[in-house]
Order: sequence, then structure tokens, then C-alpha cells
Amino acid sequence: MANGVPAAAGQQSVPRRVISFITRWTTATNHKDIGTLYLCTALLNLFVGGTLALCIRAELFVPGLQFVEPNFFNTLTTMHGLIMLFGFIMPVAVGFANWLIPMMIGAPDMALPRLNNMSFWLLPSATIMLISTLFMDGGAPNFGWTMYAPLSTTYGPPSTDYMIFAVHMLGLSSIMGSINIITTIFTMRAPGMTWMKLPVFVWTWLVTAFLLIGIMPVLAGAVTMMLFDRNFGTSFFDAAGGGDPLLFQHIFWFFGHPEVYVLALPAFGIISQVIPTFSRKPLFGYRTMVAATILIGILSYIVWAHHMFTSGMPYGAQLYFMLATMLIAVPTGMKVFNWITTMFRGSISFETPMLFSIAFVFMFTFAGCTGVMLAVAPADFQYHDSYFVVAHFHYVLVNGLTFAFIAGAYYWYPKFWGRMYNERLGKWHFWLSTISVNVLFFPQHFLGLAGMPRRIPDYALQFVDFNFISSCGAFVFGFSQLIFVYNMITSRRRGEPASDRVWEGAEGLEWTLSSPPPHHSFQTPPKVD
Amino acid sequence: MVGLFRLLGACLLLSPALVNAQINMPRGVTPVSQDIYGLHMYVIWIVVGIMAVVYGVIIFSLIRHRKSKGAVAATFSKNNLLELMWTIVPLIIITAIAIPSIRVLIEMDDYDAADLTVKITGHQWKWQYEYLDQGVGFFSTLSTPIEEVIGVEEKNEFYLLEVDEPLVLPTDRKVRFVVTSNDVIHSWWVPELGIKRDAVPGYVYEAWARIQEPGIYRGQCAELCGVNHGFMPIVVKAVPPAEYDKWIAERASAAKTAQGSRSDLTLPEAMKRGAALYDQHCGACHKYDGSGMPPTFPSLRDSSITTGSDINRHIDVVMNGVPNTAMQAFAPQLDDEELAAIITYERNAWEHDTGDLVQPSQIQARRQ
Ligand code: HEC
Ligand code: HEM
Ligand SMILES: [Cu+2]
Ligand SMILES: [Cu+2]
Repeated sequence: MANGVPAAAGQQSVPRRVISFITRWTTATNHKDIGTLYLCTALLNLFVGGTLALCIRAELFVPGLQFVEPNFFNTLTTMHGLIMLFGFIMPVAVGFANWLIPMMIGAPDMALPRLNNMSFWLLPSATIMLISTLFMDGGAPNFGWTMYAPLSTTYGPPSTDYMIFAVHMLGLSSIMGSINIITTIFTMRAPGMTWMKLPVFVWTWLVTAFLLIGIMPVLAGAVTMMLFDRNFGTSFFDAAGGGDPLLFQHIFWFFGHPEVYVLALPAFGIISQVIPTFSRKPLFGYRTMVAATILIGILSYIVWAHHMFTSGMPYGAQLYFMLATMLIAVPTGMKVFNWITTMFRGSISFETPMLFSIAFVFMFTFAGCTGVMLAVAPADFQYHDSYFVVAHFHYVLVNGLTFAFIAGAYYWYPKFWGRMYNERLGKWHFWLSTISVNVLFFPQHFLGLAGMPRRIPDYALQFVDFNFISSCGAFVFGFSQLIFVYNMITSRRRGEPASDRVWEGAEGLEWTLSSPPPHHSFQTPPKVD
Repeated sequence: MVGLFRLLGACLLLSPALVNAQINMPRGVTPVSQDIYGLHMYVIWIVVGIMAVVYGVIIFSLIRHRKSKGAVAATFSKNNLLELMWTIVPLIIITAIAIPSIRVLIEMDDYDAADLTVKITGHQWKWQYEYLDQGVGFFSTLSTPIEEVIGVEEKNEFYLLEVDEPLVLPTDRKVRFVVTSNDVIHSWWVPELGIKRDAVPGYVYEAWARIQEPGIYRGQCAELCGVNHGFMPIVVKAVPPAEYDKWIAERASAAKTAQGSRSDLTLPEAMKRGAALYDQHCGACHKYDGSGMPPTFPSLRDSSITTGSDINRHIDVVMNGVPNTAMQAFAPQLDDEELAAIITYERNAWEHDTGDLVQPSQIQARRQ
């Protein structure tokens, strides 16, 4: 953070220091500053969303209504989902992209620094607007993050319009960020950095950026139609006016399914960097890794209606979406096999980033397996909208992707800040998180199979035991994350100075820079051979 | 730290002993539910196999190829044959999963030659059942008292899974369901019948069941449908065909005679019935004390409609609802006496004390 702050800063008066601090960060255009802003915002939102999740789990500790009203419960699930997806996991991926892509391809900065500043600042504006709905008359959105019409249109609370505006801003932010990333990767590569030499993380982000450009306008379209139905008398989704409630679901999931891969691909990229380092062996199957990434990108556009098996699609459509969905398991499986073969006959050591990555491979494979089960259309008639689905997507999003991003945070922390994190605390964080997250989400599979629907504030007595266990896990998991924050903050000052290479097995351009790297990463293009 | 692990481990080991809950999908009592169950178990064993291989290789590497054991890294980074293999093997696995799935999918889609048809309509937050061929129909609402929900009273065995009137179906006959909705999207889910069908306004979605064993099967609404989504259970009572025939004949004749009989209510009578009916049908939105959840669900306390002198305005709102809002028309759902009691209750409860007494005949008069 010291970069670019004049040496005289220490002598300024307090108000001036505050002003210069604010202008420094609001006008930041440096890719590392923007990256830091994204990462900090994401972390903050993780805790906001996590607090909401703990409120949900507190209510579900025992049957009966204890703390919240059913309507507020629906608000909690909705805001938890929206904040986690749009406020935490997307920004955390963009934060890593900003920090790493220029360093990995040997560029001084992103191609469009001012655009970068704007796409970042739209994000907190949108999140604040989203969170402000919690304090509005009539309450915040309460129809789930999937915002199905007509519950969100005819029956939605007044604050829905603010949510729509927030989604528009978030979409704009993502699109601008993606344009920037694509431009950077196409035009700013160091001489000799050919396509097939790009680090896998850069590849995954390239595909992600194209996905985002494809889907964010679709989401914007969907919420705009909602806005019109709500306020201007149209009936896109209102059956009574000749509209079609299922149209909303199709449009939404045309965005929603690729969105899952928007979140997943950057996490795959991080794992593909971490595992070779701590296995001291090059990544196995680089070409299949790249091919699988592109294939996932393409296939993710054509499987959306597997979220709608029970909504009344004709038989032929069910068949098609079932088969297409199973097909997407193939490239995803290829990636898992490549990671495993990278570890095989390596020389493995277990630093915190590697621990989180190994846990990722374990738990993501598990999530993939429940994913294959969900793809089986007839069986999905039992799984759909039950806690089985909640368990599945949390194994993807939390045990999988969130673990990958935590691995990335530990892995590049010494590079970003020039100091090592505390390894002991890291291990504590790892073991507490890994155990509690499974206590939290594993029993939910049983709940779903036994018949507990999702999004309910109260439940029948046969679901008592597993809900109790799950809630216990939730609180341990939530509070373990404070260890992470403590570690990240204190190590900035107290950590041991890090070397340039940091990890014995680290490969790639970012490790040739000093730790922390200079303000403009590569002033002169490095030589790549 | 080790102590903590022991504790957690002990909890995990003990938990199955503490838990007498079901952990797997029910086999169910219809051909479709049993085929779904079979498919489910088949896929589970396949993924267990995949996991065994994947986890086996990882754990092997983690034990054998660790630096602290002096492992020296190999340098290979590609192998065409291997990479081709794990494109082809997963393709074979998904084919093995897809083929039986397609068979069950076809079976689920066979709606022909049904012996009876039941129309299911989702309402915020109750289910309406209509036996289309017999002209019998009724609403089915949660019957768990609010006291159990808020913890004043002990919860009974079927807490949240009990209704005032279950859907009665015959065993061994093919029942066809047509599912639709009156307001938002709901989903009619009874695990033991293997049926989950979204109730979408403007759409009719079919399902079928041939129940093999008499019994009571419980389910819940599966699609978020607003405030009381968690409180609209489904109870199906399957009885032998003879018993069903008797039941439906009784219902059909009762429906005819009920239309004639009507007597006047007294104020205490109306208040007593009205209070119970209000809690059942209106309390979810307007709250049990009438305060509502403004601005979406208005308070009925001291509102110009519930206390104003024009009683007919009040009657009309309740009977016909307010278009494009959650306030539905109650005329088709409740009979004259019930409506009269509810309206009387609203006009006298919560210190309104208007003294107005609405009679069934007044409702009858406004039905036309
Ligand atoms: C699904 C939720 C819901 C249920 C159940 C419900 N209402 Fe309503 N009710 C509403 C809404 C929403 C409005 C406001 C309609 C509008 O915007 O004018 C309303 C309005 C009213 C009004 C007019 C109040 C005023 O001051 O404008 C009355 C009277 C009323 N309801 C009575 C009843 C009665 C009696 C029942 C039970 C038989 C009932 N409601 C059940 C949602 C509901
Ligand atoms: C402390 C960790 C977490 C806990 C305890 C938790 C718990 C929950 C619970 C209880 C629900 C509601 C389920 C229901 O009633 O249907 C839920 C929904 C959801 N969660 Fe989480 N969650 C956590 C972390 C996350 C993270 C990190 C993400 C995303 C990155 C996430 C994404 C979602 C989404 C998308 C939903 C669906 C919301 C909806 O139903 O509309 N969760 N979570
Ligand atoms: Cu999907
Ligand atoms: Cu529902």
C-alpha cells in the first residue's frame, strides 16, 4: 500500500491525511490498487452474507419460530444468496484477476486503467443499494436470489425496484471489467508469451470474461422486463395478461447456469497454479486443461433448463437438457484428473495454500458427483428444491470455490505484501474450516433426501437432528473465518519478509518480480522463452 | 487442538446413534417413485465407485509422494493416451447413466388411461383439490395450531405436516393429476408418490400415480411462494378402492345438500367461528392480531373498510378479492356462513366493536 504515497505523508495533519487517503483510493487506477479494493470489498461482503447465513442457521437450530418472522426469513435467504454471489464470489475472482493477470503476462498494468476504476466503484455503490433495501418499508426482496416471477413482480415488495437497479449496476461493472480483461490479455502480453504459454489462471479468466459479456446483458434484460411488469403495465411474465411465468425462468437460467462457471473457472485457474507449485512438478495436461476450459465455456450456454425439470417442460426438452448436462461433466472431470496426476509422483509439501487446494479437489469432486446425480432428470424430480440441492451448491460454492479462493489468498499473500502469513494460524484455519464446513453441509444431503424443502423457516420433527448438527457446524465455520482475517491483517506488519520466489516450486512471471512487486509491474517486457 | 478433534470426531461418531432420522430417499409406493429410487441408488453406486478411485489415487499420492518422505518429483507433464482415456471413460459412464434414465423418463410421461383425474390448484398458502369427474372439491390447509409454531404448546408428531382435510385417493387405480396455480408458482411434492410438479399460473402440468399400499403420505410445497411457503403441507390418504368409492359418493351428496341449509347466526356464535376461520384463512397475511405487514399486507385494524359503515364494501373485498394483489377472492373458497362469520369477526375484534352482525343471507344475496 505504501506505493505512490509521498514520503511526507507522515507529517500531514489528520484531516489532510484522511483526504489524501480517500482521493488515493477513489482515484486509483493501478491494477494492484484496484485488485486490493476488490479483494477487501469481497471479504467485507463475505462477512455480511455470512452473518445473514448465521441468522438463517440460528432460526433453523430447532423447530418452531424463534428469532425471525417467516417474511424476514425469506429476506435473509434472498439477501444471503445475492450478496454472496454478486458481492463476494464474483468480486473476489475479479480481484485476483486484477492483481495477477498483468504480472502473469508480463504487462505493466491493465489495458484500460480508468475503466477499471469505474467498474470497481460501481460495485460498492450497487452493494450498498442492495443492502439498503433491508431498511426499507415493506422489507427487502424476499423471493429468493432466483427472483422468479410472478412472486417478484406482482407480489414483490416495493424495494424490488432498488434491487433491480443494483443488479443493473453490477452487470455494468462486470461487463466493463470483462472488456478490460479481454483487451489486456489480447494486447498486453510480453513478447514470446504465446497463447499456449499463458498460465492456466489467465486462460480461465479469458473464457470467464467472454462468458460474462454473454450473460450479463441477458440478466439485465430479465430484470428490466421485471421492472416493466412491475411499474409500466406490461405482462411479460403475467399469465393473466397473456405473458409467461416460465419465460422468466428460461431467461434467468440462461444467465444463471453460465454464471456458475463464471464463478468456478477462476477458482479452477487458481488451483491449477497452486497444485504444481507444492507438488514441485509441472501441471499435467496443460493442453487438455485449456481445451476443457473452452469446452466448459461453450457447453455452459446450452444446459440451462436443468434447473427447470419440474416446471413442466415437454419430454424432448427434458431429455436434451439431461444429456447435455451430463456431457458437461466430462471436461470438468478432465480437470480433476489432471490435478490428481499433477500430484502423482510429485514431491508434495503441505503449506496452507496446498492444504486448501487438496481439500478443494476432494470436496469439489464430491460436489461434482452430486451434480451428476442431479442431472438425472427423473431423480431430479425428488431432489429439486430440496435441501439436497442446497447441500450440492454449497459444496460447489463454499467447500469448493471459496476454499480455492482462500488457497489463492494464502498463496499470493507473500507476493502481494512482501511478508509471510502466519503458517500456524493458517493450519488452524484450515482444519477448523474443513471439519466444520462438512459438519455444516454434509447432513443437508440427508435432509433433502428425506424430504425437507429449501427456503423454509420451520420444519417437521423428522428433520430435527440433522438441522441441529448443521447449525452447529455453521457457527464454528463462520467464526473460524475470523482467524483468517486476523492472520491477513497482523502478518502485514509482523510477518517474516518474503523472498521474490516465495515458494520453492513456484513457476511463472509473477515470481520473478520483487515481493511486493513494483508499482508498474513490468516496466520493460520480460523475456519469455 | 487434538482434544478438539477428538471432541468433533466423537460427535460425528455418536450422531447416527442420536439420529433416528431417515437419511435416504423413500422408496415410495408408486411404480414411478420406485423406479426413481432404483435409479437414484444405481447412480449413487456409480459415483461412489468414481469417488473411490479418485480419492484412492489422491490419498496414495499424499502418502507416498510427499517431500518429507524424500520423494523426488518426476517431470512428466503429458501423456496422450491417459488424457484420451479420461475423455472416453467418463463418456462411457454417462452413457451408462443416461440409458436407464431415459427409460424412467418415458414411463413418467405416460398419462393415458387414467381412472380418475384430480385437479390440484396452488393458492397462497393452501391447496385446492377437485375431483373433476365427481364434482367434489375442497381446500386443504395446515392444521397445526399457531401455539405449537411459536412454542407455547408441545409440538405433535406430525407438526407442520398435517392438514384439515387430506386428499383421499384410491389404491390400485391410476390417478391423473393436473396441477396449476391461482397466484404465484408453487410445487406439489409428495416424496412417496415420486411426484413433484410445479404449479404455474396459466399452465396445466400433468402427473400420475398408481398407489400400491393404503396409508398416509405427507409432503410439502417445494417452490418458494411467499411468506407462508413453509406452511402449506400436503397430506394424501390412500384407501382401498371400495372405501374410496363410498367416501366420494358421500362427499358428492353432501355437497348437494349443503347448498340448501342455512340458519341465522348469533353474535357470540359468529365471533367464535370467525376467530378460528380468520386464523386459518387470513392470519397469515393480515396477522392474527389484524395488524398485517404494511405496506404489502394492510392492517385491518381501524381500516375504513373493516370499521366503515358500508358493510357491503367489506363483504365485496373479501368475496371478490383485489385484482393483482395477494388478496384473493374468497367467495369460491368459503361458504356463506363461513364468510359471514369471518366478516363479523373482523368488524368486532380488535376493539372495533361495531356491533355489526353479518348473516349468511347477506352473503348469499351478494353472490350473484
Ligand atoms: C395471501 C395474503 C392474504 C390473505 C390470505 C388474505 N388477504 Fe386480505 N388482503 C391482502 C392484501 C395484499 C390486501 C391489500 C389489497 C390492496 O392492495 O388493496 C388485502 C386487503 C384486505 C382487505 C381490505 C383492507 C383495506 O383496508 O384496504 C380486507 C377487508 C381483507 N383483505 C380481508 C381479508 C380476509 C377476511 C381474509 C381471510 C378470509 C383475507 N383478507 C386473507 C392479502 C391477503
Ligand atoms: C457460513 C457459510 C454459509 C452458510 C452457513 C450458508 C447457509 C445457507 C442457508 C441456510 C441457505 C438457505 C437455504 C434455504 O433455506 O433454502 C443458503 C442459501 C444460499 N447460499 Fe449459503 N451459506 C454459507 C455460505 C455461502 C457462500 C459462500 C455462498 C456463495 C458463494 C452461498 C450461496 C448461497 C446461495 C446462492 C443460496 C441460495 C439463496 C436462495 O435460496 O435464494 N452461501 N445458505
Ligand atoms: Cu445450472
Ligand atoms: Cu411454496
